[in-house]
Amino acid sequence: MRMSKLVRTGADLLYPFALIFGLYIVLHGHLTPGGGFQGGAVVATGAAIVIVAWAYEDIAEMIRKVTMMAQESAGLLLFIGAAILALGFGYAFFYNVLANSGGLFGLPVAFGPNPGELDTAGVIPIMNIAVGIEVWGGLTIILLYLLSGLKKEEGT
Amino acid sequence: MNGFLITHAPALLIMVPLIGAFVAPFVGRVSPKVRSAWIILIMTLTTLVALMLASDVFLHGTRIYVFGATSPGLTVPLDSGGIPIRIIFTIDAMSALMQVIAAVCGFAVLLYSISADRIHSGLESYYTLFLLMITGIMGMVSTGDFFNFFVFLEILSIASAGLIAYRIDGGLAVEAAIKYFVLSTIGAMAVLIAIGIYYGEYNALNIAMIASRMQFTLLDQVALVLIIAALAMKCGAVPLHFWTPDAYSMAPSSVTAMLVVASQASLYGLFRVVFTIYNLTLNAMTVGWIIIILGILSMVVGVTMAIPQKNVKRLMAYHAISQTGYMLLGVGVGLAVLGNQPLMESFGYIAMEGGIFHIINHAMYKGLLFLTAGAIFFRIGTYNLNRMGGLGHSMKYTMVFFIIGALAIAGIPPFNGYASKLMIYESVFAFNPVLAVIAMVVSILTLASFVKVFHSIFMGPRLPEFDTVQEAPMPMLVGMGILAAIVILFGLFPQAVVDTLIAPAAHALADQSGYIASVLGGA
Repeated sequence: MRMSKLVRTGADLLYPFALIFGLYIVLHGHLTPGGGFQGGAVVATGAAIVIVAWAYEDIAEMIRKVTMMAQESAGLLLFIGAAILALGFGYAFFYNVLANSGGLFGLPVAFGPNPGELDTAGVIPIMNIAVGIEVWGGLTIILLYLLSGLKKEEGT
Repeated sequence: MNGFLITHAPALLIMVPLIGAFVAPFVGRVSPKVRSAWIILIMTLTTLVALMLASDVFLHGTRIYVFGATSPGLTVPLDSGGIPIRIIFTIDAMSALMQVIAAVCGFAVLLYSISADRIHSGLESYYTLFLLMITGIMGMVSTGDFFNFFVFLEILSIASAGLIAYRIDGGLAVEAAIKYFVLSTIGAMAVLIAIGIYYGEYNALNIAMIASRMQFTLLDQVALVLIIAALAMKCGAVPLHFWTPDAYSMAPSSVTAMLVVASQASLYGLFRVVFTIYNLTLNAMTVGWIIIILGILSMVVGVTMAIPQKNVKRLMAYHAISQTGYMLLGVGVGLAVLGNQPLMESFGYIAMEGGIFHIINHAMYKGLLFLTAGAIFFRIGTYNLNRMGGLGHSMKYTMVFFIIGALAIAGIPPFNGYASKLMIYESVFAFNPVLAVIAMVVSILTLASFVKVFHSIFMGPRLPEFDTVQEAPMPMLVGMGILAAIVILFGLFPQAVVDTLIAPAAHALADQSGYIASVLGGA
């Protein structure tokens, strides 16, 4: 069932902002409150807004179950891949090999109060991103399954 | 390469099924055949890792694996103030034994499941959840960190609930799954509160660290009650058994066989808490008797409820409750005399060995029985005993496997149930003769019940409606055959099994200081 044009336009406008805000929380997970799960949940609320404002049939093309399922598994694989990375360097499973290495996310953290350098913390941001992708997919699938069961109202 | 595998085996045990679970949806899109091959490959690897790790543990003693450290053996970092801050896997002989059970059962059940569940839809999530269930069990029995135990308990509960609801069956399976899920969540919350109590009191989550600082204050008693209640519920002990018949009977048979293993992982958790975290600080006699009474109640109520059942899987589920009682009885007697070395030597260790031996035996023969029930359902489409009959004509191998399982559960030689039950009878008789008599009566009732079931399924003339029924497909027979072979082998050579596997496990469970020393380095 579609809502009024006002609501639909509002939802369309809000969707990119919800997306960006969620991704911001995911990416800054190691610096600010929040992280992969919280950011992924925010992104999924963006999907919830459009699903509620539009009919399920309208958004089924845009937000596809197959993509979301792939995202769910891919996120988890990325997470475990980041953990396995340590084995290749001869450390224990889950060891943070990238921290302070100078490479990706590898800058050392400055001592004392600082504005927060994004390029730090090693595999932690990678794991945050992985969890963000996974929660985005997982929660959206839950929403899609819940709402695909709705009956159409007569005469609309 | 071999050294690398051995060093990282505890991590691989979790890693391999997890990767398998998350890649399965992708390979499943290629074709169902590729997916089956992938799942079998992953399960084979998991089984090999578990067997390799277990043989290493039985040969060289307890293994430690520290996640996220520079080296897997670095339990207490220099700047941590003497507390093992990281997640540590502590795999002693008892954990290794549970891993072997989970791996072997999981492998046999998976072979069976590939063939039995082929016709159903939604398989991409089915095998993901199945492998997550294996991960949860492996994690629960390996972990040396109590919060981590809670995490794996939740992984196991959620995966199991999804699998119980898998065959929707007019909403009945969903109802059973919701029941299981709500109860599991309540149980997990109780465990979480207990973990909070430990953390508040001892500033540690590591089992060895908590054990070394244990004071047994009033708060610790509250935590003990919460944990025993939650885990006794998860392993289906009376009076907290009410979810088991529903969940066991509504889940697909392959899942039911894994649920049996899962309930034993909870049993392992219960024993681990009582023996390793508390050990002698608690009043061993009182808590021992509580566990014995739970066991006796489960045995008697389970078997008496099983007798009138019409649904073959519900009947087997009640028998599973009853058999769990034997394990609680055996290990409970061991706990009751803990600390009294002469009594421990004369019958305490044997009682514990009997209880632990019964865990592995039960996983094998009960898994086998549930698989035969599933094979019958696969061919005739009903679990109702009143509508079966004369299947011995057409399903000969299934009948043989059923006989093996039924005789083993009733404790008839030369099957494995006899070996462990005899150990329990003898040692419990020395502790308290009345308990041994109850245990024997329950065994006789079990035999009576299975004679009835055998008669109504397989005996009698060939029924016209089952004229076209054929033997179960080959992979299902192979899965059942693996379990049946273990049932017979363990029954023929019980002493060898007890000496190599069970006795080290029982001694490792009772040896609290050894467990603490292996993590904290002799502190």
